[in-house]
Amino acid sequence: MQERIKPRWLVELVATWGYVQRNYYLTKRYFMWELVWLVYVTANAMTITFIGAGAQDVAGIQINTGRYMTYLLIGALIWSYLSMLFDVLSETVSWERWEGTIEYTFMSPTSRVTHLLGMGIYAVLYGIAQTAIMLGVISLFFELDLSHANYLGALVVLAICSVSLLGFGIVAAVLPLLSPEKGQQVSYIVSALLLLISGIYYPVKVLPEWMQFMAQFSPVTYALRGIRDALLNGASLRELWGSIWPLMVMGAVFVPLGLGVFHLGESYAKRTGKLKRSG
Amino acid sequence: MAHRLGEAGSEGAAVRQRESSAMNALELRGVEKSFKKRRSEVVRALDSVSFTVGRGEVVGILGPNGSGKSTLVRVISTLVVPDAGSVRVFGVDAIRHPKTVQRSMNRVSVEASFFKKLSAMENLLYGAKLYGVTTREAKPRIKEILDNIGFDRKRASEPMEHLSRGMQQKIALARALLTSPVLMLLDEPTTGLDPRSKRDVQAFIRRIKAAHDSSILLCTHDMDEAEELCDRVGIMVDGRILALEEPEKLKRRYARDGHVPSLEETFMAATGYTVEEASA
Repeated sequence: MQERIKPRWLVELVATWGYVQRNYYLTKRYFMWELVWLVYVTANAMTITFIGAGAQDVAGIQINTGRYMTYLLIGALIWSYLSMLFDVLSETVSWERWEGTIEYTFMSPTSRVTHLLGMGIYAVLYGIAQTAIMLGVISLFFELDLSHANYLGALVVLAICSVSLLGFGIVAAVLPLLSPEKGQQVSYIVSALLLLISGIYYPVKVLPEWMQFMAQFSPVTYALRGIRDALLNGASLRELWGSIWPLMVMGAVFVPLGLGVFHLGESYAKRTGKLKRSG
Repeated sequence: MAHRLGEAGSEGAAVRQRESSAMNALELRGVEKSFKKRRSEVVRALDSVSFTVGRGEVVGILGPNGSGKSTLVRVISTLVVPDAGSVRVFGVDAIRHPKTVQRSMNRVSVEASFFKKLSAMENLLYGAKLYGVTTREAKPRIKEILDNIGFDRKRASEPMEHLSRGMQQKIALARALLTSPVLMLLDEPTTGLDPRSKRDVQAFIRRIKAAHDSSILLCTHDMDEAEELCDRVGIMVDGRILALEEPEKLKRRYARDGHVPSLEETFMAATGYTVEEASA
């Protein structure tokens, strides 16, 4: 007879790796769909960048086309990455419901933080790989104006934004627990609103005032502002602080808030029997 | 006893210590659960359910579809919180300390809850990791279990969706066994299987019963299965457990004019359902 007792932290660590590995296996099995999606998002980013290439002809005025194209491409790439993080986290529940594994996962002894952390780590790794491939392909087609770029500054902003957006995604992930019928649809609306108000393809100041007000609460707004400053203007980390601190505050608020809300949502679903229900 | 791998810290150890004492593996007292449906309709799924499962005992719950068997299993496995009553697993309050009791139990349900595109091996490794069991620890155990259930190891690398229902259910049992649970919850594990697969799965449950130290709660509407596998059998109707006794005692309870009925006749007398109606 042999008893091997593991410390709690090691059990949670093994489970975190389990979630990452499971998602990797799923990506492998759905490889053709992944490829289709990669082609779609790459073509989409190129289409948006071509809008910049044609802007001078369409508007009939002299503009810095190279800078405008880089501005648009940064928006397309960063949105592709951040929206993917948001989608992976927000679909945590509905995805497992669709596969039929939600009860097995939710009755396992590891913590929900571990579950969501595993999902988040995979989303970041997947997002980095996808964005790097997109950038590699797109750079073959366009001459981008990155002569002043501060890449380190851009990466710092992106990393901090990733944390706050994961928290945002966890808040959205609770929606399918509250309403199996409508929860996931609402999270798609949240994603669409982030796209609208966060200044992805235009400066936030062109939006109506009420949208500008809403944009203050989107981490994507600060991420894009900071990353564009770093890549287009070569802003130093000190100069990027105005974008970094709101992201840090949002991360500090959204991650615990997301975990707290998810815990309440899970308790509600277990009281009302909505964990299993698919609609 | 099987190797206990992936045991999660002091709380899990506490369950193991309690497990070794004489207390019941499972104890339910006055458990009630109602669900609100649309138009304010309330369905009472569990109505003052009380029973125990002793250590190493196999208890069967027979009941027609919709009688509350699956809700009962979900309450014990911490997936549904009851409105009233208590659930204790080796003396630990499952409602107040769900994570502690989750470490000591596993469940096999009527639906194969797997990632259909992943292989059996990938699903097993994932399931093991959720309980803290690493790939290196799990692989020899998986080989051993698959050999025991007569599952061709070469097929373990095929996607689950390529396997028959019977094979999927064997993998579900293997996954549950992989985490060395001291309490196993089997919710209609043979429903919908062809006769041969059903016999294989039942034989596997018998082997678990003989070789492992697990206590088992088996919900089914298969009378032969209940009679053959269970030490005690209960009948559940409309969320209530009408009787819970050894199969022979249960049958004698419904004896008429000196004729001891079969378990099927006993079930019909107690519930008013035929076996066909019960499984419809």
